[in-house]
Amino acid sequence: MSATADGMHIPAAHGHDHGHDDGSKTLLGFWIYLMSDCLIFSALFATFAVLANATAGGPTGRELFELPYVLGETALLLVSSFTFGLAMLNMHAGRRQRVMAWLVATFVLGAGFIGMEVHEFAHLIHEGAGPDRSAFLSAYFTLVGTHGLHVTAGLLWLVVMMDQVRRRGLNDDTRRRLSCLSLFWHFLDIVWICVFTFVYLRGAI
Amino acid sequence: MPHPKYARHPRPVKLKAVIPRLRYAGASAFLFLAGCSTEVLNPKGDIGAQEKSLILIALGLMAIVAVPVIVMTLVFAWRYRAGNKKARYAPNWSHSTAIEVVVWSVPAVIIAILAAITWHTSHTLDPYKPLASKAKPVTIEAVALDWKWLFIYPDQGIATVNEIAFPTDVPVNFHITSDSVMNAFFIPQLGSQIYAMAGMETQLHLIAREPGTYAGLSSNYSGAGFSDMHFQAIATSQQGFDAWVAKVKAQAKTLDNTTYEALAKPSEKNPVAYYGQVSPGLFAGVIGKYMGDTPLGGQCAGKQAQVAALPSNHTHAKAAE
Amino acid sequence: MFGKLTLSAIPFDQPIIMGTLLMVMLGGAALLGFVTYQRKWAYLWSEWFTTVDHKKIGIMYIIMALVMLLRGFADAIMMRTQQAMASADAAGYLPPHHFDQVFTAHGDIMIFFMAMPFITGLMNLVVPLQIGARDVAYPFLNSLSFWLTAGGVVLIMASLFIGDFAATGWLAYPPLSELKYSPTVGVDYYIWSLQLSGLGTTLSGINFIVTILKMRAPGMTLMKMPVFTWTALVTNILIVAAFPVLTVALALLGADRYLGMHFFTNDAGGNAMMYVNLIWIWGHPEVYILILPCFGAYSEIIATFSGKPLFGYKSMVYATAAIGVLSFLVWLHHFFTMGSGASVNAFFGIMTMIISVPTGVKLFNWLFTMYRGRVRFTVPVLWTIGFMVTFVIGGVTGVLMAVPGADFVLHNSLFLIAHFHNTIIGGVVFGCLAAMNYWFPKAFGFKLAERWGKASFWCWLVGFYVAFMPLYILGLKGMTRRMNHYANPDWQPYLIVALIGAVIILFGIFFTVLQLYVSVRDRVTLRDPSGDPWGGRTLEWSTSSPAPFYNFAVLPQVRQLDQFWTDKQDGVAYMRPNRYEDIHMPRNTGVGVFMGLFGVVLGFALVWHIWWMAALGLAGMVGSFLVRVYDRDIDYWVPAAEVERIERARLAPLQKVGLVKVALPADDEQKAA
Repeated sequence: MSATADGMHIPAAHGHDHGHDDGSKTLLGFWIYLMSDCLIFSALFATFAVLANATAGGPTGRELFELPYVLGETALLLVSSFTFGLAMLNMHAGRRQRVMAWLVATFVLGAGFIGMEVHEFAHLIHEGAGPDRSAFLSAYFTLVGTHGLHVTAGLLWLVVMMDQVRRRGLNDDTRRRLSCLSLFWHFLDIVWICVFTFVYLRGAI
Repeated sequence: MPHPKYARHPRPVKLKAVIPRLRYAGASAFLFLAGCSTEVLNPKGDIGAQEKSLILIALGLMAIVAVPVIVMTLVFAWRYRAGNKKARYAPNWSHSTAIEVVVWSVPAVIIAILAAITWHTSHTLDPYKPLASKAKPVTIEAVALDWKWLFIYPDQGIATVNEIAFPTDVPVNFHITSDSVMNAFFIPQLGSQIYAMAGMETQLHLIAREPGTYAGLSSNYSGAGFSDMHFQAIATSQQGFDAWVAKVKAQAKTLDNTTYEALAKPSEKNPVAYYGQVSPGLFAGVIGKYMGDTPLGGQCAGKQAQVAALPSNHTHAKAAE
Repeated sequence: MFGKLTLSAIPFDQPIIMGTLLMVMLGGAALLGFVTYQRKWAYLWSEWFTTVDHKKIGIMYIIMALVMLLRGFADAIMMRTQQAMASADAAGYLPPHHFDQVFTAHGDIMIFFMAMPFITGLMNLVVPLQIGARDVAYPFLNSLSFWLTAGGVVLIMASLFIGDFAATGWLAYPPLSELKYSPTVGVDYYIWSLQLSGLGTTLSGINFIVTILKMRAPGMTLMKMPVFTWTALVTNILIVAAFPVLTVALALLGADRYLGMHFFTNDAGGNAMMYVNLIWIWGHPEVYILILPCFGAYSEIIATFSGKPLFGYKSMVYATAAIGVLSFLVWLHHFFTMGSGASVNAFFGIMTMIISVPTGVKLFNWLFTMYRGRVRFTVPVLWTIGFMVTFVIGGVTGVLMAVPGADFVLHNSLFLIAHFHNTIIGGVVFGCLAAMNYWFPKAFGFKLAERWGKASFWCWLVGFYVAFMPLYILGLKGMTRRMNHYANPDWQPYLIVALIGAVIILFGIFFTVLQLYVSVRDRVTLRDPSGDPWGGRTLEWSTSSPAPFYNFAVLPQVRQLDQFWTDKQDGVAYMRPNRYEDIHMPRNTGVGVFMGLFGVVLGFALVWHIWWMAALGLAGMVGSFLVRVYDRDIDYWVPAAEVERIERARLAPLQKVGLVKVALPADDEQKAA
């Protein structure tokens, strides 16, 4: 994404070989971005915690959540993290075709996750348990929906990366970008585990 | 001394009348130090008096550091001006452990003292803390509406708009809520203010020591009619208070759900109004209507439950009873 | 087709707004005509709008900030006039709905679109030069940040003429800002202009953290960084940690307004107190985000013009870091009167007071920097001394209000207004203007005219005291903030005095504009060929003014604090290297401009519920970004021969005046030994 002067070797900062690539800067920056994104989720989790009981006479989590269904969603996302990991291993080994294959698998799993989530939301809204029913449901839809929007953005990014790997192969740029996307994807996985634990499990039990 | 009665007499700006007053502004710095020209520094009740002395003590403590800093700034800048070749120049001097120790520790000590005072006064001046007194307190329920104050006296069974009265030397327990946006209940000369928020109750305990009519207002912006959302607080003798109650009771108007709904509609510059009778439970109903169907609504809040500024479900708010 | 937008959204019946609109249109047309007549469009586009050069981006930020200062100040003087008139229930000339928008816009513009761009601009201009870098870590992202912020400016300015702005106060507390109580588009303008610029600010925060951590000159360890860079680092960490919370708070408010949710509504379980908490978890760090870089600027200025190193550098660094951490633990002091328990109030009050210790240490360190120095009373120094005196008063009143028992009678009163203007004008505005006078020669190669700079300083200083001391007294007299009119005629004299103060400040602003005009006119006589007009200590002064686009032909080597000062002492400050090398530089790009533009389209469409246009704006933003992602021509090499040619041209006049030696200010030279 950026390019600046070469040869800025800062002895204290890092010692391993990035050659001419400024990947270390990009990765640091991306980590910092992830931390700020993490704060967005923290604020949403805090909001959800405050409003978890504010059901205003409407349905509670226990009445709404179907754990087996959510467990299915969770499985899709967890497996997609695994397949992304395989893609990254193959990237480091320089096996372009396998990278493509595992990226496709990741995309399919991620899309499946989004599909299930959209279906769940549609079902809830149809049941009269939409986000405008109570503060609890507002917080629920916003927290889970924000995660879903992130995954959707990740899917778009995946498409772009598959296209770039197809056109350009595994060069410094695509490797760096795949590394960032990988961080992003695993990050969303961790967030989802928190969602599953604090929203669904806590709500349903 | 400003009187709320000015509120009822709109009049054009008279330049002639204004100019003589300008001298007050000039002299105000001195009056400010004397502490007798301003409402906050001229309190008429215990809470206000304690807050005044707290302000002066805190200012005095901080002056120990602040005044030398200001003086040193000006003195150093002038003494070490480039044109003054007599002053010593030490172009590489930039460290002194002794000075560092002093500049860290002196402010730290002062802040430690102030922190102790803060901890203590935050508890003694807690608006929720009932005031110790032999006299039986007067209870007033205040509802912030767009844009007027409704006051209910549950023990006397009366209600008023934009005016309250209470005896001097008797604690007044305020229960405060809003049936609209956030406001704040404040009588500067008696002391503390507190927010008024819909769906919950905040509390304030005040006591007046001198009879008088004091200005009260909403001190939290609440929309178009906010500027006129003031009331008068009349501190008077027990007889004066009884007479005031009798005067209100004599009014034929009743505050029930119907008249309340009409009153709650947005309006500005409302005149003082008296209701000789009030439906019981009206105040609880105003709070409860925002949380009536919450599962926690009826069960979790005791009489003394405090509104926590840190949100934690509804446990902080006094629920409908 | 156009959502809620109809022709009636333009307030034709408001003569003040229509007059302003007419002026803006005439002025805009004149400006556009001038640029066209001068045939400068291509130049503006290729050299400025599409630039990824941090120095030019910094200059654009500061120009934007100065323009918004005029807008925000126009609001201020309207308020002061209204309150000076509207005594004893006289109506004044601004009806409540208009007045309420004015004070809301004043706060938002001054914080988000004046102070923030100003300090971001300063950091852009200075930080890479101070650390000996050739640009920021992500030059394109930097351009994008600027244009997103500019998009926010466009939206908030649009709200003046199309529709209305929020009438809620600058933080838009719900439930007042909910659809039920604020049904017009005002709050929506508020949400989207802040979201757009907030995104830009967050990205710029990430950019600067990486820049400072990864791109320092060889040998510049953290404890050898100039203090301004330290304050910039802490500020940007605060930005990255605080702005996401603002984003969430505004997003949830938006969800309430757009999707009928119930985060902060009175009914259905909403909790408005949560918004107040969230907004201040961002809001309190925000004031340190603004003040810390100004502290850094004062530190550089006072050391440079005292001819001494900064006293207690380490103390300064630790104090800055401590302030940064503590700033996240004090937010509740903005609402002691919400009814938290006594212990909670006391905790937050005490944490707030503790901040005054490192802040006090900073003041002492500046004092002892002057001690045994040779203080030259240039314009930046005047601002600094004015700040030191004024800020002490603001600090005292701030600590006073941190005592919950005192706050119970001072909260929301004009005392509070006086307090935070005391710190923000006395700290941030003075700091920005000091920094502008200090670093202007670095940006443009000539100094600002002293005379008008001093006139501006005295007007600001006197004007500040005349305008805000009466407000302290009015606060003690029980006058609350945001009153459109008032019943108590005793207040009026003070408000008239405050208006006079505001007019004096107006002269201060006028003299700053005049100073800029006169300086540009006299730029030849004010030229500084050395690149080091003040006898500077830090690396930015070691390169030419204005700095070449690559900043440093040869990256400086750093062994200690104030390396450039030592190099001058040792006579090695202006060394010509044996040979130059090729330099790798980023290429300009228009993608940032387009993303900002589509951001405006998106924000405007969302404000007015024009959904097809919103989709267009979003697609435009994503599409522009994808164009960037696929662009491979993003950088280039400057050949060594070209570098050598530029450097020769720069060093030639220096050699002529014999500057290639120790450059101590002439009048200090004799005494220096």
